[in-house]
Amino acid sequence: MGRYVIRRLLQMIPVFIGATLLIFLMVNVMGDPIAGLCGDRQCDPATAAQLRKEFGLDKPVWQQYLTYMGNVFTGDFGTAFNGQKVTELMSTAFPVTIRLTVVAVFFEIVIGITLGVITGLRRGRPVDTGVLLVTLVVISVPTFVTGLLLQLLLGVEWGWIKPSVSTDATFDELIVPGLVLASVSLAYVTRLTRTSIAENRRSDYVRTAVAKGLPRRRVITRHLLRNSLIPVVTFIGTDIGALMGGAIVTERIFNIHGVGYQLYQGILRQNTQTVVGFVTVLVLVFLVANLLVDLLYAVLDPRIRYA
Amino acid sequence: MRGATHARWAACAVAVALTATACGGGDDDSGGGSGTGDGSGILSSSWGDPQNPLEPANTNEVQGGKVLDMIFRGLKRYDARTGKANDMMAEKIETTDSQNFTVTIKDGWKFSNGEAVTAKSFVDAWNYGASLKNNQKNAYFFGYIDGYDKAHPEDGSKQTADTLSGLVVTGTNTFTVKLNQKFSTFPDTLGYAAFSPLPQAFFKDHAAWVSKPVGNGPYAIDSYTKGSQMSLRKWDAYSGTDKARNGGVDLKVYTDNNTAYTDLMAGNLDLVDDVPAAQLGNVKSDLGDRYINTPAGIIQTLAFPFYDKDWAKPGMEKVRTGLSRAINREQITDTIFQKTRTPAGDWTSPVLGEEGGFKADLCGDACEYDPEEAKKLIEEGGGFPGGQVKISYNADSGSHKQWVDAVCNSVNNVLDNDKACVANPVGTFADFRNQITQSKMSGPFRAGWQMDYPLIQNFLQPLYYTNASSNDGKWTNKEFDKLVDEANAETDQAKAVDLFQQAEEVLRDDMGAIPLWYQNGSAGYSERLSNVALSPFSLPVYSEIKVS
Repeated sequence: MGRYVIRRLLQMIPVFIGATLLIFLMVNVMGDPIAGLCGDRQCDPATAAQLRKEFGLDKPVWQQYLTYMGNVFTGDFGTAFNGQKVTELMSTAFPVTIRLTVVAVFFEIVIGITLGVITGLRRGRPVDTGVLLVTLVVISVPTFVTGLLLQLLLGVEWGWIKPSVSTDATFDELIVPGLVLASVSLAYVTRLTRTSIAENRRSDYVRTAVAKGLPRRRVITRHLLRNSLIPVVTFIGTDIGALMGGAIVTERIFNIHGVGYQLYQGILRQNTQTVVGFVTVLVLVFLVANLLVDLLYAVLDPRIRYA
Repeated sequence: MRGATHARWAACAVAVALTATACGGGDDDSGGGSGTGDGSGILSSSWGDPQNPLEPANTNEVQGGKVLDMIFRGLKRYDARTGKANDMMAEKIETTDSQNFTVTIKDGWKFSNGEAVTAKSFVDAWNYGASLKNNQKNAYFFGYIDGYDKAHPEDGSKQTADTLSGLVVTGTNTFTVKLNQKFSTFPDTLGYAAFSPLPQAFFKDHAAWVSKPVGNGPYAIDSYTKGSQMSLRKWDAYSGTDKARNGGVDLKVYTDNNTAYTDLMAGNLDLVDDVPAAQLGNVKSDLGDRYINTPAGIIQTLAFPFYDKDWAKPGMEKVRTGLSRAINREQITDTIFQKTRTPAGDWTSPVLGEEGGFKADLCGDACEYDPEEAKKLIEEGGGFPGGQVKISYNADSGSHKQWVDAVCNSVNNVLDNDKACVANPVGTFADFRNQITQSKMSGPFRAGWQMDYPLIQNFLQPLYYTNASSNDGKWTNKEFDKLVDEANAETDQAKAVDLFQQAEEVLRDDMGAIPLWYQNGSAGYSERLSNVALSPFSLPVYSEIKVS
């Protein structure tokens, strides 16, 4: 187990370097960011040259990348164009997005798995058909539609919630945005759980458990569900990374000042430091989430062992 | 499914980005404060994260401009309704030769930290703004002052002076300005935020000042959380006459102007100074007379690459004029912009007023839509170079795609040829600007101009004078340059305006750039507010808003 973890951690290094290099190159390919700083007019050449020098943009790209990575390892993620440290932006944005992700994953697990178990056990019944239909609708409607619709109905028409989230972004404010963010994944989780449960219901170990006379509840939670969760856990694990980085649409609709918003603004202003910094952290989140998922397999299925 | 999200997202991003660069962002109603009509009510207003640090000479966009407009007062201030430059801190500005000015400031003004505003506050601030080593993006404003070439060498040579030799403090409240050329309307440019005075605190502890700026205006900053909110409160000891008529303003950063608009509808927000394009169709029914749509000092044009000899050769002026006449401006502003733009009839802006040099029919026939005449002119001029015209624009912001497509459709219909005009999107604004500055454009391209100060000079000289800072198309004409020089030297305002208009006619006859439309500023507000207006710079005039 320990050796496995170490091997996986070592494997992360090339992935990390490759991913950051790619994003660094992509942002650089977009051209000279200084030109966009002066509105619809030409930056005066002297000031532009001075700024380029200050941000290190006058050096060759490989040198910029090396300097940048060197700084990252000492915890310095550079400075955004508005003079703020990128680490400062991160310290305000990540807590908000983590809260949003927690809310979303919570909904995925609680609602998604519950619905999945219910439908899986009652395959072909009206409940099953009904839930399948609803998930189909949720999957086919884009997030921004659900988001804007809920915002308009709950926020403006009925006045149950505030349409926008305040700067503090507390958990209760994030319930609706979290639900919107989770909606599509939630539908997938339901379907994955349902299929998996329905399949394993007929497996030998479930029949044995039933034959031993175990209570139905115990058969379902300990034997059936635990073994059926592997694909679901895989999905949720990778989804954590996707939710954190991909909440741009939801964050904009509900005015959440999180990672998605910072990334969006960084891209718009072609702010290499912000974009690369945030993506670097997101890459790390992805890698760690994936490792955790793999380790969870062993917990869920006793047949899986890591040497 | 993901694909659909992205496509929609792109469309939305376009609308939003326009907002972010040219308009207001969002805000929220945090403090609340139920005003009682006694001038103590606090309003909330939408905001976007300023792109640059909040230094007066470093702020060149609306979001930072909003703050500076509340916390600073300069020598002059532009009247929100007429655009006229009135004395604010200036007691008098005198000159005999349009080149040497003596400025006397009013006595007794203070910064909100208690420091007195003196002539030195101005001179130090201007020197700071002009000095190359401070990276101030508005440094070019000081370019008319003598000694600028030493403090800010354009050619990349070493900076040899920290201060402008043209600025001399001659007393506590007086200083002199020597310009490097005659410029009779120079005093009228001094209302721009870059010319604001700065307290000594700015120079002594710069980091602290930037995190919570201190100025001499009717509001003082109460708290500032970068990237999310700024609370400004009325400053009771303010020395000027235009004291705030409300208790304060909470500026709150919105991620999207649509969200800000929704918050306004839900009653969580008082003022949105940029109505999203998607809402223009229903804004009247949503807000009634609480929606304002007034001219701003912004004009959109199509510039030509005069460095490309295909576009610069003699006879092409007919093609350019023909292109201008092939664009159905009326239809595009009505359908795409819902009348938030007005078809242009000259190269200035209605905010100047007739007296200031605006002349709605100066362009005359050359800007009238006339399919037959247009076709004839283009054919007489030899047609488009290569048989096709490509209009370049940046696709990441604004609703540029829609109108460029519409312009091309209009041209194609006139010429009865589907391939005569095509749009050429450039991915990002920065890349677009790069291609322009490196003279790589192969056809007409989008050019927008937001005035720095409401003078006809500002709409012509920086854009069309030979090698001027924003002459992106490199248009050049000796006659035009001569008329502008004469106009700058003319001390009589009416005569100067007349000379500028003559220069504009030269521009028209050669069609150095095609004027498209004047842009309006728009805003919507809640029932709590009254007396809301937008300045010619499309900034809400916060100090005059009453909260009930």
